[in-house]
Amino acid sequence: MTETRAVAGPDELIEIQLDGVPLGDLEEWLETMLLIREFEESLEPLTMSGTQIPGSVHQASGQEAVAVGAIRALEPQDLVASPHRPHHHALAKGMTARVVMAELWGRTTGCAGGRGGTMHLNDFSLGYFGSNGIVGAAIGIAMGAALAAKLRKTGQVCVGFVGEGGANTGRTWEFVNFAAMQKLPLIAICENNQYAVETYIGRSAALVDSIARRAEGFGLPSVQVDGQDVCAVYRAVHAARDRAARGDGPSFIEAVTYRYRGHNTGEVANYREQDEVEQWRRTKDPIERLRRALESAGLVDQGRFETLEENARAAVEDAIRFADESPVPDPATATERVTALPVDAKGPAQ
Amino acid sequence: MSENVTVGQAFQQGMREEMGRDETIFVIGTDLFIRGGHFAQVKGIGPEFGADRVIDAPISEAAMVAAGVGAAMNGMRPVVDLNFMDFAFGAMDELVNQAAKARYLWGKAVPLVVRASSGIALYAAQHNNSLEAWFMHTPGLVVVMPSNPADTKGILKSALRGEDPVVFFMHKRLTGARGETGGPDDLVPIGKAAVVRPGRHVTLISSGIVVQKAVKAAEVLAGDGIEVDVIDLRTILPLDIDLVMESVRRTGRAMVVTEEPPYASVASEIAASIQEEAFDYLDAPVARITAAHAPIPHAPQLMEALLPQVEHVVQAVRGSISRWPSSEEV
Repeated sequence: MTETRAVAGPDELIEIQLDGVPLGDLEEWLETMLLIREFEESLEPLTMSGTQIPGSVHQASGQEAVAVGAIRALEPQDLVASPHRPHHHALAKGMTARVVMAELWGRTTGCAGGRGGTMHLNDFSLGYFGSNGIVGAAIGIAMGAALAAKLRKTGQVCVGFVGEGGANTGRTWEFVNFAAMQKLPLIAICENNQYAVETYIGRSAALVDSIARRAEGFGLPSVQVDGQDVCAVYRAVHAARDRAARGDGPSFIEAVTYRYRGHNTGEVANYREQDEVEQWRRTKDPIERLRRALESAGLVDQGRFETLEENARAAVEDAIRFADESPVPDPATATERVTALPVDAKGPAQ
Repeated sequence: MSENVTVGQAFQQGMREEMGRDETIFVIGTDLFIRGGHFAQVKGIGPEFGADRVIDAPISEAAMVAAGVGAAMNGMRPVVDLNFMDFAFGAMDELVNQAAKARYLWGKAVPLVVRASSGIALYAAQHNNSLEAWFMHTPGLVVVMPSNPADTKGILKSALRGEDPVVFFMHKRLTGARGETGGPDDLVPIGKAAVVRPGRHVTLISSGIVVQKAVKAAEVLAGDGIEVDVIDLRTILPLDIDLVMESVRRTGRAMVVTEEPPYASVASEIAASIQEEAFDYLDAPVARITAAHAPIPHAPQLMEALLPQVEHVVQAVRGSISRWPSSEEV
């Protein structure tokens, strides 16, 4: 059974406003969103070939504005932790397409040396505190890092992402409650892309139209924003960051977004109509909306946009080549670095 | 050296000394600041170090351990106090999937101590789970189970100066057990077992409170002329199998005594390791003397009926020697 969950209003691209955003940075935002889109759109065949990326991955095509809007509102020392759909966050936080791609391929040049894959990306030097295979866990990591930031007075603000599916776990709210009670410098961002695997939000919660309202009950500021409007996401996260940096505690932000691809690569979608996907693209595509706003403001012209698109394509092609040419890990290293204290790993080779 | 303190006081000493030495150490749990925890394990430390170092948390084990994991990844050395080890079920993902995995996946140390009171005592089934084998089974975790005040303090210090997530088992019925403790820099290494009573006829391997039963059994057996080597593991993982093997190669007879359920237990692991590595030295099968496979009931008579008692150990040793005698033995 399927049902159409249409975007309200006229069936045309909805404009966004460039108020309250650093205009000089917007071309870079667009560039990063294009890189994310190209990166994500390259993955389907790479995971289906059976010889390139082992297993499937979770793509975030359509969700670029959440990652870029949120992370561009942060300072370089700030920390980010992601759930299982993380590539857009990792790339927005400054990880290169090469190290992320190589990690997906399970190569030594990947950010975790091939040990992590899509759901265990990391770059602590960039403040990227990992993607996480367990729904709801990333807010916990960010919350704990925020506790350390408060105790050590580091000035870091910590962002944890969760999906609307993860918002149905008790732990999400246990973490939010703890952060609110301790006034931690945490920004919990719920990336509501409407579908938890195949389950529409309307089939997993009675309160369908707002996860932000759930958060209000924990005594912290909570807002819902258009997650397809990179400027709206930026403004909300920027305000939340100011608040956290002042010592006034955490905020909860629900970014309503949409994923164009399946839950995982290789998915056969029987749970939503393709018309619905196309309508989201026509009316709310985050890249088109930013492009249109920049063109209207005379900040980017057609030729420049095409150049950025071409650069993104080239960067992803380069990343794929890099991953393909990178060595696979030495099987003899598979038992290394389990604990700092030596433990006999035993196993079949012993 | 400090004279005659309880295990609880030894833990307090260790915490106080280490928190004074290293300002990145803090403890988080429920009812810690005023009450000092349900076992007085951090009594007095709250007022001394302040509410930023002794943090009272809401009753959310997931939040406490997540706070510990995230803080450890961001430069702190947290001690999470779960009160009862059974409450770890509420934080199993944070322990097993987060704390235990970061080093392997990312090379990111998680210097975290998760302390809880454990072992079999009153209050029936839901407060008396034996999780040591669960955590021993989890790559990435270190599991310790001291049996006396000196080891409690010394192992805590090693944990707080190490780089691993350490699950710290403190037996409920040992809380008031007394003994000496070491000074501020007397560390007890993690991963090193101890011979608490030397002998040459049979090796008894145990840890935590069960060491007392093994020692009592050894005293009874001494009356038969049977000399028992009693090993206190002190650490469950890394397992000091070398010390166990050294003993078993001398005695030719080994029994593991624990109060956990038998299946897939720490006792099973040790028994299997002994037969793999010392088969040629054995005069008899390696015995496991464990609790029975049942939840822990309320009535003390029922509870004790499930647990290995001194007489079970004595009978097992006598039975083994009688059925599989060795020329060495009396």
